[in-house]
Amino acid sequence: MLSSTIGYYSLILGLCSSIIIFYFSIINYQDKILDIKIFYFTFFQLFFVIISFLSLVLSFIYSDFSNETVFNNSHTTKPLFYKISGTWGNHEGSLLLWQLVLTLFIFIFLFKSNNQSKQYRILTLLFQEIIIIGFFIFIIKTSNPFNYIFPIPKQGLGLNPILQDPLLAIHPPILYVGYVGSSIIFSSVLAATILNIISRDWASHLKKWILVTWFFLSLGILFGSIWAYYELGWGGFWFWDPVENVSLMPWLTLTALLHCVLVLEKKIVLTSWVVILSIMTFTLSMCGTFLVRSGILNSVHSFANDPERGLYILIFLFSLIFLSIFIFFFFHKQNIKNYSSFFWLSKETSILINNWFMMYFLSVVLIGTIYPIFLEVISSQKISVGPPFYHKLIIPFLFPFLLAMAIGPNLKWIKSNLENKVNLILFFVLSIFVSSFILKNSDQKFLINTFLLSSAFYLFFISIRDLFTKKLKNFSQNIAHFGFSLLILSILLNNIFSTEIIFNLKESESFEYNGNKIIFNEIIQNNQKNYVSIIGNFTIENFDGKIDNFKPELRIYNQPNIVTSEADIKTSFLSDKFMVMNLVQNQEYFNVRYQVKPFMIWIWSSVVLICLGALIGFFKKKNEK
Amino acid sequence: MRSKFFLFIIILIFIIIFLIFYKGLTNYSIYTPKINIENDIPVFSANIFDSDLQVSSKELFDPKKSYLLNIWSSWCVPCRDEHALLMDLSKDEKVNLIGLNYKDRLNNAKNYLNELGNPYSKILVDETGTIAIEWGAFGVPETFLIYENKVIKKYIGPLNQQFLIEIKSLIK
Repeated sequence: MLSSTIGYYSLILGLCSSIIIFYFSIINYQDKILDIKIFYFTFFQLFFVIISFLSLVLSFIYSDFSNETVFNNSHTTKPLFYKISGTWGNHEGSLLLWQLVLTLFIFIFLFKSNNQSKQYRILTLLFQEIIIIGFFIFIIKTSNPFNYIFPIPKQGLGLNPILQDPLLAIHPPILYVGYVGSSIIFSSVLAATILNIISRDWASHLKKWILVTWFFLSLGILFGSIWAYYELGWGGFWFWDPVENVSLMPWLTLTALLHCVLVLEKKIVLTSWVVILSIMTFTLSMCGTFLVRSGILNSVHSFANDPERGLYILIFLFSLIFLSIFIFFFFHKQNIKNYSSFFWLSKETSILINNWFMMYFLSVVLIGTIYPIFLEVISSQKISVGPPFYHKLIIPFLFPFLLAMAIGPNLKWIKSNLENKVNLILFFVLSIFVSSFILKNSDQKFLINTFLLSSAFYLFFISIRDLFTKKLKNFSQNIAHFGFSLLILSILLNNIFSTEIIFNLKESESFEYNGNKIIFNEIIQNNQKNYVSIIGNFTIENFDGKIDNFKPELRIYNQPNIVTSEADIKTSFLSDKFMVMNLVQNQEYFNVRYQVKPFMIWIWSSVVLICLGALIGFFKKKNEK
Repeated sequence: MRSKFFLFIIILIFIIIFLIFYKGLTNYSIYTPKINIENDIPVFSANIFDSDLQVSSKELFDPKKSYLLNIWSSWCVPCRDEHALLMDLSKDEKVNLIGLNYKDRLNNAKNYLNELGNPYSKILVDETGTIAIEWGAFGVPETFLIYENKVIKKYIGPLNQQFLIEIKSLIK
């Protein structure tokens, strides 16, 4: 009760300090030095949001059901860890977290941008305050996390069990840091465009923010897909679900932006790219929030979904888009004399190629995500766009993309010749050999798989070579590219060599395939509090004499009558083994699905490598010229 | 000149996108499976709220009349939103409003009705949630319009003014 009141009023105080900052910034704009009051109020703003957030956390810890958010999303029997993570496991709380990151970032920005011009800092602060004030009003008006309910219920509604998972508890905050980081990039790019101060120094200042944002965005996506892999139990890690796509789209633009800024750090080219990509990244993050929160997507039975929220974000989003379009058109000056000054075969060109590939992938994902909505509005048809769409459009382009990615980093700035031509061709022949050797026994789609795999191997070999020959020069880039090649390679091998076998078995029967024997030993049944658990005990005698034990589980919930299957996954260095069973209607047989998925752990670790690359780039001292 | 043209085109495109999104929002697009509509009502029997009496669906529903079955619960927050509308409906004599108290505790439900008023002519108790499943309900609140022992219309989620007008016109 008390903490809700404190939380609510500190939100209001936070809004007040944002408005004061906004006012002071406008007044202070013409002065020579930054007014110290602005620092104070930025601190107050952060402080009040922290207080507000902490009081929501406290309400969750003490299960204060007079608070509507707590009531809707918590339960007294939940473990403490999930009570706390429940704070951001819902719409209202996650917005508060969003606001926390926003205010924290602008605070850090003010302290870390001492070496930049004062007007630039003020303008960035102004734009950032527009966003912050917008979200404050959004929270207070449409999604107040501190609403009372009376009479106070005795028990909360609980958190969906599928969301009670340690990974899913840290996934949202990390992804949010990524999303919100893009807002700082957005504001500073707009500020720099207005002042026309896009310079190399400015680029290396911006690069730090891009790296941080990119790091957290990648990590957040990784956690999300690991969770989907073991919790949803379909044996996949990426489903092209709209909610996943929404996080992938800003990642694509941010990746392109990162590469552009690396060029900009050396030479004033591609400035329009930098501006447009920064605007796009932030817009896409906001658009993601809009799509997920408004209920326009995923609207299967979402009660109490407030169209007012969607409308607010929509209007807010589009005002920001129009603002940035105007700023871009009226203030941005292209350096025409610099533009065409690089040779067609150079690092700049390869980065442009990279950008266009990213734009292509982005448009595929964007169309796949948004087209169903448009179609429904225009012709009220419902369609769903599934993995085949994305695979058909993306896979053919992966081949040239990977080749370009292998060759690009070896080119020089401005003008370059292909050095070591023999070397590059040798590697290519080698990778074709390796991949056709690997694929010689697989019968399906030999040609396209060989092409894909050899381009992936090509990138892999080249990036290994670069990793060793270039020593510590550009270490962050090498390690990130190496991670990416490993990622593509493991995804491809995983797709090609995953085996799946589905069969029906009764207790104490066995099943043989390819020299492996699967024995269904027994069923263990026991009653839990709200479900009946049926555990199947399986033994697999592999052809090489190894023996694995699997215990997939079925849970029959009594209220409502739902059956869920819990997969049993055994992870090892080279492959994951995955077993799940299902009931067959009215029979004593069970339907068992057994998958061997190679290189799963490599997919995860390669993304970690990519993030590591970003981290090294962040901590590296200023680039050697 | 060229840049102004581009500016114009881009703004136009974004305005179109905005309008489409806006329309998508206002299309209140909660997915409703097209089942159990125009179907016979299920056969069941249930306890009457706050008593030991049992009633079967045959006794309860007169084929010549129309009914409104509303599934509610004291713990359900959206139910509170629609309660005022239900109170309003109950003043209309043509409407037979029947409540189905879903997975609730008797005391909580009583407090809820004492606090907000009782719009229902009869309240059935569904402690386990099975009756709601028979009706094909997905959650609370849900409202079924019944005529000649058939479900004519089903409303998922809280009722609003627009639905209320529709219900009233359908009953007439």
